[in-house]
Amino acid sequence: MSDRGNPNDSMPVPGNEDAAAHQHTPAVHGDPIADPGLPPHHPRPTDVEEHAERRAEKQVATMFGLSAVFALLFCVAYFALSVGEETDVWLGMGASNLALGVTLGMALLLIGIGAIQWARKLMSDTEIIEMRHPVASSQEDREAALTALGQGAEDSGIGRRPLIRNSLLGAVAMLGLPAIVALRDLGPLPGDALEHTVWKKGMRIVNDVSGAPIKPDEVEIGQLINAEPAVFFATDEEGEPVYEGHELQAAKAKAAVILVRMQPRDITPSAGRENWGVEGILCFSKICTHVGCPISLWEQQSHHLLCPCHQSTFDLGDNGKVIFGPAARSLPQLPMGLDQEGYLVALSDFEEPVGPSYWERGDR
Amino acid sequence: MAIATNGKQAAKAEKPSKIGGAATWADDRLGLATIAKKQIRKVFPDHWSFMLGEIALWSFVVLLLTGVFLTLWFKPSMAEVTYMGSYDQLRGLHMSEAYASTLEISFDVRGGLLMRQMHHWSAMLFIAAMFVHMMRVFFTGAFRKPRELNWVIGGLLLMLGILEGFAGYSLPDDLLSGTGLRIADGLMKSVPVLGTYVSFFAFGGEFPGDDIIPRLYTVHVLLIPGLLLALIGAHMLLLVYHKHTQWAGPGRTEENVVGFPMMPVYAAKAGGFFFIVFGVTALMGGLMQINPVWRFGPYNPAEVTAGSQPDWYMGVAEGLLRIMPGWETELFGFTLSWNVFIPGVVAPGIIFGLVLAYPFIEAWITGDKREHHLLQRPRNAPNRTAFMVAMMTLYGLLWAAGGNDILAVVFNLNLNYITYFMRVAVFVGPVIAFILARRWAISLQRHDQEALLHGYETGVIMRSPEGAYSERHLPIDPARAYTLTARDRDQVYALPSGEDENGVKAPGTRRNRLRAKLSHYWFAHNVQKPTREELEEAREHAEHELAMHSGGHQHMPAGDYLGDHELDGHPADGHQFDGRHDVHGEELRKH
Repeated sequence: MSDRGNPNDSMPVPGNEDAAAHQHTPAVHGDPIADPGLPPHHPRPTDVEEHAERRAEKQVATMFGLSAVFALLFCVAYFALSVGEETDVWLGMGASNLALGVTLGMALLLIGIGAIQWARKLMSDTEIIEMRHPVASSQEDREAALTALGQGAEDSGIGRRPLIRNSLLGAVAMLGLPAIVALRDLGPLPGDALEHTVWKKGMRIVNDVSGAPIKPDEVEIGQLINAEPAVFFATDEEGEPVYEGHELQAAKAKAAVILVRMQPRDITPSAGRENWGVEGILCFSKICTHVGCPISLWEQQSHHLLCPCHQSTFDLGDNGKVIFGPAARSLPQLPMGLDQEGYLVALSDFEEPVGPSYWERGDR
Repeated sequence: MAIATNGKQAAKAEKPSKIGGAATWADDRLGLATIAKKQIRKVFPDHWSFMLGEIALWSFVVLLLTGVFLTLWFKPSMAEVTYMGSYDQLRGLHMSEAYASTLEISFDVRGGLLMRQMHHWSAMLFIAAMFVHMMRVFFTGAFRKPRELNWVIGGLLLMLGILEGFAGYSLPDDLLSGTGLRIADGLMKSVPVLGTYVSFFAFGGEFPGDDIIPRLYTVHVLLIPGLLLALIGAHMLLLVYHKHTQWAGPGRTEENVVGFPMMPVYAAKAGGFFFIVFGVTALMGGLMQINPVWRFGPYNPAEVTAGSQPDWYMGVAEGLLRIMPGWETELFGFTLSWNVFIPGVVAPGIIFGLVLAYPFIEAWITGDKREHHLLQRPRNAPNRTAFMVAMMTLYGLLWAAGGNDILAVVFNLNLNYITYFMRVAVFVGPVIAFILARRWAISLQRHDQEALLHGYETGVIMRSPEGAYSERHLPIDPARAYTLTARDRDQVYALPSGEDENGVKAPGTRRNRLRAKLSHYWFAHNVQKPTREELEEAREHAEHELAMHSGGHQHMPAGDYLGDHELDGHPADGHQFDGRHDVHGEELRKH
């Protein structure tokens, strides 16, 4: 077995013998078969035949030349072919993209293949031996380094003056605080933001595309409607939307709901939820309680709702209970009723936080 | 013939060349010649598998180049704009500036779509090549002393590469990438105590806010690339300092490195390979569509499409999330979401920790503190090989679990049953794979031993006068025999006696006992290479058989080893027995 690097053994000095002597050093001590040494070098055709060498030279030069041609073709394609709405020609790839990619790719590939052909056919293929040296420094160097380190430490007196050392350590450690505190304004504190949505008593439940309010008889049995609070489509006195931009996105990320209509006999409301639906229509949060994907895969027959991200499945006939998948909590239900004009409205906000669980959520 | 033979004119020695002048100018100021004289002709060994890390390196360069191009147009802003660009189907829609500028790059900047697709493809190549390179290093034991730290650096590179990929994937702010961020938000919120704050601080308030894309942009184009560059630099420096590992073979020892010089061979090969990686990426960008964000539409937290999938390298995390049962605990009014925290935070942490710590764990079990520069064949380290095969099995299963909905649709299976199956399979599958791979590796060791002691099977069937059939064996090539035996003998860690001479119990006895047990399991079934005596004995045995059955006739029952007096001759190359070549010592055709 090789004993290199083992501190218990005296260090062999491989560096000062010449390479030839090392050719026959067994790779591993105790080898049953002696190292036959590097096999002799076999010349390639390009090493011995003039015409083979010429041919290889021509091949390499041709590839480099063709590469230049493709680089020019790239420029031609850049100006000749248009982008934009014509993106779908050529098998949906876009003529410009296709031509640019192929010409650039060929220009680069031909340089690469040419260079490697050059290396393989024309550059020397005689293997060279280089000796390794121990990765570790020599023992003297180690000792010298340790001595220098000890000398430095001694001169600083860091060992003799614990007061200075400890106060410095304390000061540097304290610098961690500004580093953390300075990041405080990355965002507001959560507060109770996650516990509320924009839903409130009397807010209409509207279609998420048109913003139109919904009457119960517009919903068929088995149907699912993606809905949102009416305030997302409302405008203020100046005609500006009440919610827009990222505020709209953040509000939507909690307030999006779905309406489903089932046969009333298929619904088994839990205590207190008997009056949360209207004629078999129920309203649930659309935000999965697992990690917050919007849920919308609706199985009419079984009234199961499946999350397309991680396949958590909720039984909407049974208060949104989880029946499969990684989600742990039932889908929150929005208490729903009718306003004077007969449109579906929320009776209140959700009674529990919607979306993924979080530490402070507790048993609300 | 020393170096390149193609140049017809040799450089004229009498006049100092331009290169010589420039080199003198530079060395007067930088003093690089001392380092350069050693490094210019530095030797690298040749093997196809040493190229895998190079793919990762060059993909990273392609990422830098194409990434800089993209930054010239991309606007990392979540401000709402109305799209008025070339793409009909989205014109007039409200969307973030990030998404709108991604559409602009795709449709209104010539070559923009190509660069976007090249950037995405090279990101895939970068991460995939790092994975495969890491497996090569693992399977061949190249992470052993003195290269453990380079293994750790490589592990960090892989981790950072995956984070970098996720950050980049999130930037266009399309429906799919926004859904990815929404899931990341869910993961953050699952962290006990701090989770809600982490989420609010990361997103600058409630998800999605308008800060996350500018922040991820800085992370994606500055922070992580900077770290990657520094770590790649350290990785390469250590590679140069340690010198590359090599495969055992005639003339290749622990003390040397045999191969071709940096200048000119590897400069041409590696430089050429950069152009090949770049060129292949360009062809992929031109011919293969990737991440067509215009089809997904702008992010809307109330929308998602069925069959949503992350990029492939996130498939494992996705699979973990999907198959985890819905466990959650209420604790003194606080919520602990095991169903998200374990797969999203704990499991990836454990897996990465295990990968980074592996070289140290293995060295502890084997007690091996020597330097290793010769690679091990996977079969000669059965437990290590089996461990990686088990990890690959786990990876593959989780990956499949991450696409359980796609599997259900494509194979017309029940989604729930796939999930139930995976919940069990991720525990059972790796164990089965471990056992199979371990036994397989040991069988291959036995096969090597067989070849060394009894030669190889020539495929020549001989019939004795009695009518018994046997297969003729011939000794293997001496170079191959040497290569097979150029490996260490394994040493099972022996338990030191529990007490010293004064009867004082040695400290850490229980730890040592565990180590001895593990070491025994690690090595005990390995086949050690034959000793010189065993080889000698095998040869004598063969010659003895020959003497018993004179004239080369062999009268042994089929199945037993039959040697002949040609045991130390040359191996068959197929022409010996074709009837047209006269081969010295060939007995067969004379009868």
